[in-house]
Amino acid sequence: MAKGKVMLEVNGLRVAVAGNEILKGVDLTIRVGEVHAIMGPNGSGKSTLAQVLAGHPAYEVRAGTAKYDGKDLLDLKPEERARAGVFLAFQYPVEIRGITNSYFLRSALNALRRERGEAELDPMDFLQFLEGKLKAIGWDDSMMNRPVNEGFSGGEKKRNEILQLAVLEPRLAILDETDSGLDIDALKTVAETVNKLRNPNRSFLIVTHYQRLLNYITPDVVHVLADGRMVKSGGPELAHELEAKGYDWLRDAAMVS
Amino acid sequence: MTGIEAHVQQPYKYGFVTDIESEVVPAGLSEDVIRLISAKKDEPEWMLEWRLKAYRNWLKMSEPHWPNVKYGPIDYQAISYYAAPKQKPKLDSLDQVDPKLIQTFEKLGIAIEEQKRLTGVAVDAVFDSVSVATTFQAELAKFGVIFKPISQAIREHPELVQKYLSTVVPINDNFFAALNSAVFTDGSFVYVPKGVRCPLELSTYFRINASSTGQFERTLIIADEGSYVSYLEGCSAPMRDEHQLHAAVVELVALDRATIKYSTIQNWYPGDEEGRGGIYNFVTKRGKCAGVNSKISWTQVETGSAITWKYPGCILQGDNSIGEFYSVAVTSHKQQADTGTKMIHLGKNTRSTIVSKGISAGRGQNTYRGLVKIMKGAEGARNYSQCDSMLIGDKCGAHTFPYIDVRNSTAIMEHEASTSKIGEDQIFYLRQRGLSSEDAVSMIVNGFCKEVFKELPMEFAVEATRLLGISLEGSVG
Repeated sequence: MAKGKVMLEVNGLRVAVAGNEILKGVDLTIRVGEVHAIMGPNGSGKSTLAQVLAGHPAYEVRAGTAKYDGKDLLDLKPEERARAGVFLAFQYPVEIRGITNSYFLRSALNALRRERGEAELDPMDFLQFLEGKLKAIGWDDSMMNRPVNEGFSGGEKKRNEILQLAVLEPRLAILDETDSGLDIDALKTVAETVNKLRNPNRSFLIVTHYQRLLNYITPDVVHVLADGRMVKSGGPELAHELEAKGYDWLRDAAMVS
Repeated sequence: MTGIEAHVQQPYKYGFVTDIESEVVPAGLSEDVIRLISAKKDEPEWMLEWRLKAYRNWLKMSEPHWPNVKYGPIDYQAISYYAAPKQKPKLDSLDQVDPKLIQTFEKLGIAIEEQKRLTGVAVDAVFDSVSVATTFQAELAKFGVIFKPISQAIREHPELVQKYLSTVVPINDNFFAALNSAVFTDGSFVYVPKGVRCPLELSTYFRINASSTGQFERTLIIADEGSYVSYLEGCSAPMRDEHQLHAAVVELVALDRATIKYSTIQNWYPGDEEGRGGIYNFVTKRGKCAGVNSKISWTQVETGSAITWKYPGCILQGDNSIGEFYSVAVTSHKQQADTGTKMIHLGKNTRSTIVSKGISAGRGQNTYRGLVKIMKGAEGARNYSQCDSMLIGDKCGAHTFPYIDVRNSTAIMEHEASTSKIGEDQIFYLRQRGLSSEDAVSMIVNGFCKEVFKELPMEFAVEATRLLGISLEGSVG
């Protein structure tokens, strides 16, 4: 496969939260259309990487760069990154009381459409648009008129993140441990949906602790993050190796090197 | 940028002053001033006597200091109790209203000129101490609905006014109600006859303009048997460094099977971020469900005033009567609010619902204070109360004082309360989906207030949503 254009290029990224350095110099290059998986033990900095790319204000960038389409990503506000096509499926989606999923999604979509100079969708148009999107991923609209994530089960919250991904159609989708807390059926549904949403113009960065999600979504590249550094990268087979051997051998390697 | 912090707020948009020649009575309060006000209003003797009785009561009373608010002493002799724009004594049509007044209300979004009126809403516009225009009076009269300034009603419908005035809020009810009874200048009077469903939303817009004055309006609404009326009040004032006193009294009477829906969008000048200036809003509002199966519903959106002291309540006298209170109170900067309701259950199978949403930002202090009292004869009474507080930032406060007094063992009471904080994570979540931080806060707050906003008449729900956005603009960093 001919290599596509670079979409995201992270160099020497060092990030601290509450004064503790979590990422200690991370490099990562994602090309247009590629699916990358980042694996690693708890506390290795996987979620920090996801959050900092999305612009969470609690994370302090100490050094390094992140370029998205050649532009300085770290210089953009979270909403500007979102409008430029960066989407984060949250590990812990928050609840927004009294606001229906449908209203929330329409507001978000319209914010993106305004950015692209497209006309905003009124509730009727949005409903039609939504029906199409739901149909494409084979989901029903049962979540749409409930308040955002309020009273949702853990699995429903994660599914809701994927639904938002389907509607907002980002160019770079970051999935932060979307598989955690899902039973096997829900995991399959989510994975199948992600596969349907893969396309040559969209890249994915999938953060996961376990290999099981990667049984259903085959990544182009697998990275291992340990103690704030990328310690190994490889093809999909690396995930299987990790499943068999655990992380310790790599962590030891990281310490030694 | 880390953390959520209060910073500069969007300036108050209604803070302009209308340059108009006014007649202002010199500051101070005495029996002579009351006689003067009564004479200016061309009042009958009984009204003057009533005022003087209230004044003599007031002299023996002291200002209440139990609310959870702090402010310096008020000098009641430094306030002017009457201010009115100079105009012709009798207004037969809008042509005679000073165009500056029409422009003022237009600037506030209140159209009183015929061709620009909001359809379906009749407006009484009160400027300082007088009503300057009341729209749709003639149209309403066709249905027998009386909607006019109370000063006019005292002259034209003395039998109705005398029958109901101070039957819900006695003149010595409290310090501010007594003061209001002594010096009230204008306000609205509504009477809806038997079986009539008032065809328009009625609304009064109160504007304080003159400095060093207080506004003391009085509203009396009577819904006769089987009638229905929806009434809305709005208000605003110029930005001034001094505090101005607003002490209103509102009385509602619902007879058998009548329904009164009373909504308030309160946007008095709140003062600046240092707490300079702003209105002291000390208001007594009470409704009496006098008849069987009657219903009174209060909805309030309180975003303005330096200090709010207000407990719109219901006396549920008629059997099966219903009282409701839906409230959103916002305090930002150094605003303080002590607000809630009183539901007094007297009749059998009476029901009350209380939904209170308090939002505190900046250094605002927000107190919910509510009383639910079930009297001995109130067999089968029910109450449901829900008090939710939301905090924005870490320098504000939320307080809840629910009082429950049950004297009949058949009562069913439910009380729910919650306190939440708009978190960085909530805002980040919405920003990550493309919304600006202002839109994110507005969405979270509107979701929080939804149960109250849905009670507002449609035209005003939009206004309330917008106002809430403005009040909190910039309060999240």
